[in-house]
Parts: sequence; C-alpha cells; structure tokens
Amino acid sequence: MNTIRSLLARREALLVLACLILLVAITARFPAFSTPRNLAGVFNDTSILIMMALGQSAVILTKSIDLSVAANVALTGMTVAMLNHLAPGLPLVVLILVALAMGMLLGAINGFLVWWLDIPAIVVTLGTMTIFRGLAFVLSGGAWVNAHEMSRPFLELPRTVLLGLPVLSWAGLLAIVLAALLFTRTGLGRAFYATGGNAVAAVYAGIDIGKTRFLAFVLSGTVAGLCGYLWVSRYAVAYVDVASGFELDTIAACVIGGVSTIGGVGTVGGVVLGALFLGIIKNALPVIGISPFWQMAISGAIIITAVVINARGERVKGRIILRRKELPL
Amino acid sequence: MTAMLSTDTPTTEPILRMTGISKTFPGVKALSDVALDLRPGHVTALIGENGAGKSTLVKILTGIYQPDGGSIQIDGREVTLPTAEAAQDLGITAIHQETVLFDELTVAENIYIGHAPRNRYGLIDWAAMHARAAAILHGIDAPISTRARLKDLSIAQRHLVAIARALSIDARIVIMDEPTAALSYKEVEELFLIIDRLKKAGKAILFISHKFEEVWQICEYFAVFRDGRQVGAGRLDEVSHNDLVKLMVGRDVTQAFPKLDAEIGEVVLKVDGYCHPTEFDQVSLELRRGEILGLYGLVGAGRSEVCQALFGVTRPSAGSVTLNGRPIAVRSPSDAIDAGIVYVPEERGRHGAITAMSIVANISLPSLKVTSRRNFLRMAEEFALARQYAERLDLRAASLSQPVGTLSGGNQQKVVIGKWLATLPKVIILDEPTKGIDIGSKAAVHAFMSQLAVEGLAVIMVSSEIPEILGMSDRVIVMREGRMAGLFERQGLTPEALVRAATGNKEAAA
Ligand SMILES: Nc1ncnc2c1ncn2[C@@H]1O[C@H](COP(=O)(O)OP(=O)(O)OP(=O)(O)O)[C@@H](O)[C@H]1O
Ligand SMILES: [Mg+2]
Repeated sequence: MNTIRSLLARREALLVLACLILLVAITARFPAFSTPRNLAGVFNDTSILIMMALGQSAVILTKSIDLSVAANVALTGMTVAMLNHLAPGLPLVVLILVALAMGMLLGAINGFLVWWLDIPAIVVTLGTMTIFRGLAFVLSGGAWVNAHEMSRPFLELPRTVLLGLPVLSWAGLLAIVLAALLFTRTGLGRAFYATGGNAVAAVYAGIDIGKTRFLAFVLSGTVAGLCGYLWVSRYAVAYVDVASGFELDTIAACVIGGVSTIGGVGTVGGVVLGALFLGIIKNALPVIGISPFWQMAISGAIIITAVVINARGERVKGRIILRRKELPL
Repeated sequence: MTAMLSTDTPTTEPILRMTGISKTFPGVKALSDVALDLRPGHVTALIGENGAGKSTLVKILTGIYQPDGGSIQIDGREVTLPTAEAAQDLGITAIHQETVLFDELTVAENIYIGHAPRNRYGLIDWAAMHARAAAILHGIDAPISTRARLKDLSIAQRHLVAIARALSIDARIVIMDEPTAALSYKEVEELFLIIDRLKKAGKAILFISHKFEEVWQICEYFAVFRDGRQVGAGRLDEVSHNDLVKLMVGRDVTQAFPKLDAEIGEVVLKVDGYCHPTEFDQVSLELRRGEILGLYGLVGAGRSEVCQALFGVTRPSAGSVTLNGRPIAVRSPSDAIDAGIVYVPEERGRHGAITAMSIVANISLPSLKVTSRRNFLRMAEEFALARQYAERLDLRAASLSQPVGTLSGGNQQKVVIGKWLATLPKVIILDEPTKGIDIGSKAAVHAFMSQLAVEGLAVIMVSSEIPEILGMSDRVIVMREGRMAGLFERQGLTPEALVRAATGNKEAAA
C-alpha cells in the first residue's frame, strides 16, 4: 500500500499511468490507434520533440531557458536544405556535420551571451530567437525549398528502416540513452543539477556555473541543429516558419515531465514521458476529430495542470524523494 | 493590561499547552506524542540532539506544518493553526533556524512584510514603517540602516533583522530556534537583555539552543526531546547540567574538547599583507602542518571575508599567498580546491548545501574527479565516500539518498562539513564549524578535526564561541574591524585576553 503510494508520488509512474489511461480511452473508440505499428509511428513522430526536450531540459536544469531552439531548427534546416539544393553532390555526412556545427554555434552564441554578459537567458534567447528566424528569411529571401529540390539521400535517411525502426526513431532512442548517461553518470550532468539547485553552493564546490550554463546551451543548440536537418528532411520542405512555436512544446514536455522551472530538479525519464504524452495527444486528437484550435487549448490546459502538480510536489517535498531501494546507513 | 507577573511564582499557569503532538514525514517519525507547556513571563528551554524534532515543533506552532494528531491549547482554549497567518493572529511569533528573508527587499520591508503599517487610505505607510523598524533595530542595538538591501548585509546582520522581524509582531508567545548560532557574545548579550524585557512584559518564550551556558543563564523551565519524543521536562533549578545531557543523549558525553597532541610541522600556508578594498587590511598569517589556528573576533571583524578571499570567492586587492613555499594565485574556488585549500562556509543554506540533491550527491560534489573514472561517475564509489564521512560525523538520516533539504539543521551542517573533508585537502578553513550542532555531535566533529590535524592537515577555524576557540586552537589570531588585533599562543590564553583584543580598549583606540 505504502509502496504503491510512494510509487505514485514519482512523476514517471504518474506519467506512465496518464499515458496508459489516454491510450485506453482512445483505443476504446479507435482500436487501430493502439496497434504496435501505429504506436511506433507515434514514437517516430515524437522523436524530434524528445530530442529537443532533452536538450531543453539540460538548460532548464541550470535554471535558464532556451527560447531559440525552434528558430535554430528553422535556420539550420534552411541552411542545409539550400546547401543540398545548390550543391546536390555534397555528401549527406557533410550536411549533417554542418547542421550539428551550426546548431552548436547558435547555441554557443546564446551560452556566451548568458555567461559573459550575464544577461538573463530568457532575454538572450528571446532576442536570438528573432534573429535566427530573421537570418533564415535573409538567407532564403522568403522562398521555400521544396521536396523536388532536395536530393534523394537527403530525403530518405530519416525514413530508412533499420532493424524494424526508421532512423529517426533510432536517433530519438540514441538521444535518450546519451542523455541518461550524461545526466546521471558524468560530472557535467551533476554540474547541471548543482548549478540550478543552488548556484552559490555550486560555485563553492568548485563548479564554474557560467561554463556549465554555456555547455547546456551548446548542447541544446547542437541537438536543435541536428533536428533542423531531420525536420526539413522528414517534412520534405524548408521555409522560414518551420517549427514555429515548437520551443514551447519542448518546454512543455520538460514541465509535464517534472523538470522544475526553477532549476535543479528533473529526470531524463520524466522528460521523455512528458514528450510522449504530448506526442500521443497530438496524434490522437485529429483521429478523434477535434479541431486544431481545441488541440492547442487542450495542450495548454495540460501544461497548466502539470505546473500545478509540480508546484504542489515542491511544497510537500515528497516528489523528489529518492527513496528507492535504500542502502542502509 | 494583564498584571505584571513575578518571575518567581513557582506555579504559573501555562498560556500554551501542547499535548500528544505527532508528526510524520515520509520515512521519519519526527515527533511522537510530545507535550510542551509555555508559561507567561518565563523562558522554557527546548533541547535535544540534531534531528530530535525541535524545529518541527516550532513549525507546527507557527502554522507551517500541520501535526498528524494532538491538541494545542492557548489560555485553556483548543486552537488550530492551519496557516502562518493564523498563528500570528493568535499571538505566536518565531525566529526560525533557517532565516527566511528577502534578498532584494530593504531591511524595513523584510521586518514588516505581511504586516506593514497602513495609513488611513489602507496604503502602506512607509514613513511609519521605517520609523518603527528603526526603533526595533535600535532596541536590539543593531546599527543597520532600514533602507539597506538585505543582500548587502552580513550573516549576523541578517540574523538581527530576523530577530527584529519576530519582535515587530506584537506577540505573547515568542519562539527562538537557535537564535544565537550566528552571533558573537556581544550580540548574544543584547539578545538576552531583550529576552529579559520580553519576560518582564509577560511573554512566554521558547528558547532552542545547543549551548548549555545560555540555557542556564536565561531559562527557568526545560523540555528535552530525544528521537521525536519528550523525555523530560520541568524546572531547571531542579536538575544538573549532567542530568540534562544524559536525558538528551541517553548517555554521558565525554570530554567536550578532545584535542589530541598533533605534531606541528613546517609552514603550509603563508599569507602576507593581504588586503581587500573594503573588508580587511594587512592580514598576515602562517599556518603549519598539524596546527589548528583559531580565528576569533566579533561578528563583522572580517574573518569570513579573509577566508573567502583565500578560497577564491572574492579577490583581494593586495598581498601574497604561498602554499608549501610556492606562491599561488587563487582566482576561483576550483583553483583553491585544486591547490588543496577548502572552505566550509558558515551559511549552509546559501553557500553549502544543495537541498534538492541527495546526501550522496552533495558530499561527492567537490570530489567527483576522484570518484569518477574516465569522466564517468561511479555510484558505488560515491556511496562509499558518503557513508564513510556520514559515519565519522555522526550524521542522522533515514537514507543516504535522502534530499539534504529534508534533514534537520544540524545534520545539514554535517553534510556540508563532510563534503569538504572528503576532498582530502591540505588546508581546511572551517567557518563556525559547529554552529547548530548538538553537544554529542559537536564532540564528534571536534574529535574528527583533531584527528585530521594529527594526520597532518592544517586547519583554520573561525569561531565566535570562546570555549571552542580556547579548547581547539594551537594559536589564535584575533581580528578587529578588518585588521589583526592580536596573535596568541594556546598556553595561558584567557577568555578576557581574547575579548579585550576583539573589542579593543578605549585608550588604544583614542
Ligand atoms: N520536510 C521534511 N521532510 C522529511 N523529513 C523531515 C523534514 N523536516 C524535518 N524532517 C526530519 O524530521 C526530523 C526532525 O527534524 P528537526 O528539524 O525538527 O530537528 P531539530 O531538532 O530541529 O534538529 P537541529 O538541532 O539539527 O536543528 C529529522 O529526522 C529530519 O530529517
Ligand atoms: Mg532545528
């Protein structure tokens, strides 16, 4: 009884339960929704969100926020799409490296401004968000890069099926594994938590909190850069407004997943489940036949609910309890 | 007006009577079936080891936590305290152990937040607020501007603001949870004068402290908690010091300052002509292997500031530091840690503990280079490290993966000390190391410190507690207003000499 309650107190368990309830409810009306095939499709569809939410969570853990990730996707996506169009002979590996490097650079700009100029992250990334999109416009002159202007390998990579799953899904899974390792098994991951948990104490413990935040932004930017390529390839089109508003989805996934907006608390498992929860809703609502405007309202309501649950959890302090199998003292 | 009550009346009726109070946190029974009476015009001491449940009781009395069961009566009437406001309305005010104040607000705003004086339009009456705040601060002899921002104050000054805040509420029941922990003897005397005044005004006072001298000095009644139970209560004049200790710890506590004879070796740390634009001037000291160097002074004498500069938190404006004969430049705490100098800060809440992280993660944080292999953290190593220091420091916790925020104040302090000792430094600077630590564990910390000195560590110990300074130091440096005011050897050092150096006598100052 007690174990059930303490299990329920954990955000991950709560989210798994919420996802299951959601699936059961949808399946009751549309049995086809819960076929393994469709579920794999939902996961594939959510992979980009998962990856970017994980990058975002690193930033939020350090008590910052990155509003520029979606603009980063647009700018990087546009850049690689145009490169692909103008130089179709360029190997895909080069384009992917360009996407990674460019995303990393854009993230580094954010991190640098936050670190050296000590400007609040929300201000910095609100600025760079507009600048990145502006650059995407300048670069393309407002024109679209359409599917027929992209090379076959460029379009096909994310869809290529390996061992039963598309590469895009594999990228999502890989991101989860790497993030879990980074967050729980490396000094940098620990520094993310410490910086957001108590910046002063982190400084005293010898952690360079400026550098830690910088690296969190670099990470988030790099992931966004990669997703820039994945996005334009998957949707087979690049234009200035690609991924418009998607930064809010990444933040929502974090918040729903139990990442504290004041930093220092959150898990990879929670973020992934938060993203999947959003993914299921996004995929299911059209099936049920709910209009896109209702979808937005429903997503918003869920985010507010999650924030309320987070705030209550912080009040009773029961949520962050780490009492799994205890090592006796 | 109630009549003035004589403090000699042996059987004053309690104003506040708590019975059968219990409180459970996940995994811990913090209080089980405890009782407590508070009498008007009297001070009741509440004593108990770290984690005994004292602060939990305070939080129940101030409406922050809700008890699982039990009854609270005020003037014989059953009351409930669902919110902090309700407690305040019933005339209960408290100075909490971890002061909760607002950095960005002014001193006056902090004192009057939640009950600011209003003018006849219902708007905040700023002039009255500043005037009253100034009057209260004057009353406790705290020379702090009411317009200063809280973040610009020292720890002791913040503490005084917290005291002023409690006094600004016209209460009948005043609770003080370790009010003297951050104060030097001078402020403590002021506080005791205030307590006397409150007593004469018929207030009932609950006084929590780990310092027995204080308890004997100002309290008439006592209650002892052990492991969340009340194990004794009564009049202080009917018990002896040893009775109390035995009740509290459940055994006899051996020697208070178990200082071992350490072999004093060569000079490890040498500081020469150390200056800071505002905080200290021309500080020079030598610290040897195996030595414990006491740093005494009044609050605000610049001791912590010197230590913070040595640790790279702030930059000195002049002076040199040599470690093992080699000049070093410390620009950040991580430079200091790499060089082998660590600093255990005084204010654990702000500088020490990361409360959302587990005990293990806190202790291992500055030692991650050691516990990880090829950049990968190894949990087993971290647990081993944390367990070792938790045991040596007598840490009381349900589990090592418990978030530090759920520990009692004293146990949080032990985590912070453990975290720094675990880095195996050459020089350790302890700023008020036993602040808020109970008698039994204090002996453990002192014994550990002494043991480390024997093993060749060089220790600088900042302390405002004269017995601790006298008991533990090989040499003592006294600071006054940012300057060195004396260097004393252990032999023949008296409390008077320390106090004289710390306050400076009038002729010399003129
Ligand atoms: N919010 C909380 N969540 C979980 N456990 C808690 C919480 N607050 C206190 N505890 C536990 O309750 C017990 C009593 O703590 P409390 O703070 O009352 O001790 P204390 O007597 O004030 O000790 P100290 O002298 O160290 O200040 C401890 O075991 C502590 O770990
Ligand atoms: Mg306490």
